Amino acid sequence: MSDAGYPEELLYHDQHDWARLEGDEHAVFGITWYAQDNLGEVVFFDPPEAGATIDKDASYAEVESVKAVSDVIAPLSGEIVEVNEALADTPERINEDPYGDGWLVRVRLTAPAETESLLAAEEYRKLLEKQ
Amino acid sequence: MPELSNTLPRVTDEALRRTPLYERHAELGAKLVPFAGWEMPVQYEGVREEHSAVRTHAGVFDVSHMGEVEVEGPGALAYLQRVLSNDVAALELGGAQYSCLCNEDGGVLDDLYAYRLGGDRYLLVTNSANHASDLAWLGRWSRNFDVAVRDVAERYAMLAVQGPHARSIVSGALGIELPPRVRVATVRIGKRPALACGTGYTGEDGVELLIDPEIAPAIWAELLDAGVVPCGLGARDTLRLEACFPLHGNELTAERSPIEAGLGWCCKEATGFVGSEPIARARAEGTAERLAPFKIEGAGIPRQGNPVLSGDAEVGVVSSGSFSPSLEIGIGMAYLRSDLAEPGAEVEIDVRGKRRAAQVASKPLYASPTSRKEN
Repeated sequence: MSDAGYPEELLYHDQHDWARLEGDEHAVFGITWYAQDNLGEVVFFDPPEAGATIDKDASYAEVESVKAVSDVIAPLSGEIVEVNEALADTPERINEDPYGDGWLVRVRLTAPAETESLLAAEEYRKLLEKQ
Repeated sequence: MPELSNTLPRVTDEALRRTPLYERHAELGAKLVPFAGWEMPVQYEGVREEHSAVRTHAGVFDVSHMGEVEVEGPGALAYLQRVLSNDVAALELGGAQYSCLCNEDGGVLDDLYAYRLGGDRYLLVTNSANHASDLAWLGRWSRNFDVAVRDVAERYAMLAVQGPHARSIVSGALGIELPPRVRVATVRIGKRPALACGTGYTGEDGVELLIDPEIAPAIWAELLDAGVVPCGLGARDTLRLEACFPLHGNELTAERSPIEAGLGWCCKEATGFVGSEPIARARAEGTAERLAPFKIEGAGIPRQGNPVLSGDAEVGVVSSGSFSPSLEIGIGMAYLRSDLAEPGAEVEIDVRGKRRAAQVASKPLYASPTSRKEN
């Protein structure tokens, strides 16, 4: 398992998802350290299809640990352009490196202005303190 | 992640009870969750590691939340014969016997082990969620018998030490001689009387220790020092599911008979126990559904409540489902239309809207190479 942390360069959704902006129109999504730690050892990632449309605040995929299944919530709206195929064989990367090799999908954003509603690392940390 | 909230630490309910080992669990960094009114460790390092420790070495579970009921008196045998499904007359001094506690309709109120500690003294170990209702039920049926039924749950902490090396480590570390499988012995642990039981819930060899709560932290520490791995309820559930042991509340309920659940072997209707008539009928006539284990073929992890399909017909429901750490596939048990509850039958599990092919398997789903079948 990785060490707890919330990189400054990411944007956070209060349902424990992160987005890394790539230019104005693309972003990579994943789940936060807190999410993977609470979920436990991830044993299955059920990804969406490339080309699928996803909506901010709605579920677009599932991650499963031994004991629990969780919806993954889209922090922003867009269209899936790439799925992290390596997770099919090594879903544990979501635990080991939630902000790196454990990324989930790459998305072309259809409403980039939505980023304004996401949290900065500091705000997300404060949210976790209240949990 | 809305459903994730199920696994998040909740605002601690003041009413949650703690075992004598609560501080030890917290020190070890266990994830503690509410379980049947108790705050229990679901995992320490991780379910997979803990599962593997029990399959290959030895793990210890704090199961002090389980309940104990002492039954004593000249009428103890006749009374237990009335309330328990198994033939209690066959239980020898120092023996252990698995039984169902059934209602008049033949539904399962609880499943439990009965240990015969003396000529007319028995100990029942109940599931924590059912302990209070079991006591009320047992009290009600005791009125016509010369017997005392006592709640002695406060008297015991319970540690289940399981795995191929569990016995040798326990007897070495604690300096005690352990009883054979499915037997119980009174021993001295930490200078206090204790019960050592050759039982478990993992499909591995091992012992369950019923000890004075005061010495539980010291015994726990000795076992960990001897290399036994602390294991949480998460691994306990994956281990029992691989072994196809039923869980009350999942496989066993007041609405289903032991016959449907595959527990006909522990029902001896000739003894005339409460519920024996409907159970005898279910045995003779067969049941519409039966419990069967299954394996998912390919991806997908079944979960409790998932519908089971055959073509377009709904033919059953998953009673327990999980990822199997030993087999590395999705496994489960399901109540299936009886004609499909046979090893080799092909069905589909509706896992959150996705159909996953599954094959009905035989028990156990995983057989320990070092252990005989038990329950």
